[in-house]
Amino acid sequence: MPPNQGNRTHGWMGIHRGHRARPLEWIAERGIFLVALSTILMIFLIFVFVGREAMPILFGQENSALIKPVIPPEEMDRLKPEELQAYLGLSDKAFRQMERETLRELMIVKQEAQEEIPEQLRNDPDAHLNTTEWSAMLLPRQWSGYDEPVYIWQPIGSIHKYNIVPLIIGSLKVTLVGLLVAVPLAVGAAIYVSQLARPRVREVVKPVIEMLSGIPSVVIGFFALLVMASVLQSVFGYQTRLNAFVAGIALSFAVIPLVFSIAEDALTSVPRSYTQAALALGASRWQTAWQIVLPTALPGVFAAVVLGFGRAIGETMIVLMVCSASVVSWSIFDSARTITTTIAAEMAEAVAGGHHYRILFMLGAILFAVTFISNLIGDVVIHRLKHRLEGKR
Amino acid sequence: MPENALPKLELKTALAAASGNAAPLIEIKKLSLFYGQAQALKNISLSIRERVVTAFIGPSGCGKSTLLRCLNRMNDLIDGVRIEGSVRIGQHDIYAPDVDVIELRKRVGMVFQKSNPFPKSIYDNVAYGLRIQGVKNKSDLDAAVEQSLRGAALWDEVKDRLHTSALGLSGGQQQRLCIARAIAVKPEIVLMDEPASALDPIATARVEDLILELKRDFTIVIVTHNMQQATRISDDTAFFYMGELIEAGPTQKIFTNPRQKRTEDYVTGRFG
Ligand SMILES: Nc1ncnc2c1ncn2[C@@H]1O[C@H](COP(=O)(O)OP(=O)(O)OP(=O)(O)O)[C@@H](O)[C@H]1O
Ligand SMILES: [Mg+2]
Repeated sequence: MPPNQGNRTHGWMGIHRGHRARPLEWIAERGIFLVALSTILMIFLIFVFVGREAMPILFGQENSALIKPVIPPEEMDRLKPEELQAYLGLSDKAFRQMERETLRELMIVKQEAQEEIPEQLRNDPDAHLNTTEWSAMLLPRQWSGYDEPVYIWQPIGSIHKYNIVPLIIGSLKVTLVGLLVAVPLAVGAAIYVSQLARPRVREVVKPVIEMLSGIPSVVIGFFALLVMASVLQSVFGYQTRLNAFVAGIALSFAVIPLVFSIAEDALTSVPRSYTQAALALGASRWQTAWQIVLPTALPGVFAAVVLGFGRAIGETMIVLMVCSASVVSWSIFDSARTITTTIAAEMAEAVAGGHHYRILFMLGAILFAVTFISNLIGDVVIHRLKHRLEGKR
Repeated sequence: MPENALPKLELKTALAAASGNAAPLIEIKKLSLFYGQAQALKNISLSIRERVVTAFIGPSGCGKSTLLRCLNRMNDLIDGVRIEGSVRIGQHDIYAPDVDVIELRKRVGMVFQKSNPFPKSIYDNVAYGLRIQGVKNKSDLDAAVEQSLRGAALWDEVKDRLHTSALGLSGGQQQRLCIARAIAVKPEIVLMDEPASALDPIATARVEDLILELKRDFTIVIVTHNMQQATRISDDTAFFYMGELIEAGPTQKIFTNPRQKRTEDYVTGRFG
């Protein structure tokens, strides 16, 4: 009798047992599936939540104009319930719970508030402008008192100026500086550690760089604010002490370990047979690393850069601590306010459900979309690179 | 072990007799190699003739690949390797402190057991060795690529797809590509570590034909587990056992009339 026979069921009936044959494995598989599913669900829920809060802005349903048409309380009964709800800006639940009298009170309050607006503002065209329209959010405008059309983000005040261009420029500026500093350093270090360093050196350098990622970004921000800002200013001698340049360099501290870690993995996983073939042909270690290993690991290195971009554009704390004035300037030596810092700094003071609040969510949705698209493009590029390397072109 | 106690001098004379008038190109003297504490090669002395195919045979783990790697110093890449003794190629001690390993490897090419083309185009694979030597001229490269691919009996199969990825080739074609890549830089010596072990009989036959062709221009050292292959292609054979060189001499003599009992047992397949 063959040794295995004991475990087997007799005859062919055994093949019908399905998952009952290995119940533990079956449970484990289902469990892992559920975990994966819940992660996807969670991301989806966040997306739905952000999208829902930003919806009125995206579809132009919000009106932030200071002066709005007033409906006198006496005409309350001529309005349909939906119109009344929209006029008072109430949520479904609040509207349903309110008594008729309360609603009437609200209408009176609204009317009085509009009447209190000073005459001077009444004649200002800005006061009639819905600043949450796309044209107001994206195009420059000559606000009263200004000599030329400008881009302004100034959500607090009697006129809410919601131009998001300075924030987008700020994010791009800081992210670009951060990546320009971080990517060459991180990839260079990854090449050095994985290809050129002696094992003794590698064992020290690798964990030290990866330890950087354990430093909380608030600590990096603090360090940048107190130390780096002064040092960099004395080296480069620019005007504004706290600017996008300092923020970008501080940001690179957070990006380097991430890019390094992934790029190093990609470079290390290049088959040693390639390295050996190149060295046996008389290539130097440097030539091997640069001409053979790096091109082979390019998909992985590129993935590292894409993730680094996501980390950089999403980083909040460091930039918030280093600089936050929203100016429209492509100069990296001027201050900058990024999308993320704006959300972090202003969310607490924005009234839930108000237009400021919704605009902040829309900024979040933009950020979400940008990272999503960059990851998508990254994926496509990585796929192409892989295909080319594997000769399936 | 009395059989192993064969005086080194005698071995040398055996080889010298075999080589006739051709002077030895490679002279290995009292070479010992340690991987950390473990000794992989024990006091090996061997001469290898120029423009001749020398086969290294022996049971698995006896140190054939290790010795082969000593000849182009690929062992330098392994940590904790210690070497005693000397290896001379054309009178030059390749382990002397002033030796440029890169220059050495340009002269001593290597083909690995597992084919390892770069994930680049066929053309770029063959041209790589020349490019790192600074050859930029397109027509020079074209000519060298064609010549090497013809030399490796691969030209007709790939001439229409030179710029497609080398990884799209079959295993046998990849191995011949690696041979083409190795000979493109015109080395003096080509080391081959079981180059045909992963190939089917037809591809193997092609590689063997190729080796016989290459013998005219290059000195070839080949590791093989295939006794028939050794008799078919090699002029000299060295038999290793447990890190020691047991016997070396003309292939015909090793296979028909070996001095050592152990060699006879191995080549006739009684152990191994
Ligand atoms: N990188 C290494 N580190 C430590 N020991 C090694 C290393 N490479 C080989 N060895 C040891 O050295 C001895 C000789 O190995 P080698 O690879 O030279 O054998 P071989 O004759 O080529 O065997 P095979 O025919 O199986 O390829 C073996 O005992 C092996 O375990
Ligand atoms: Mg071997």
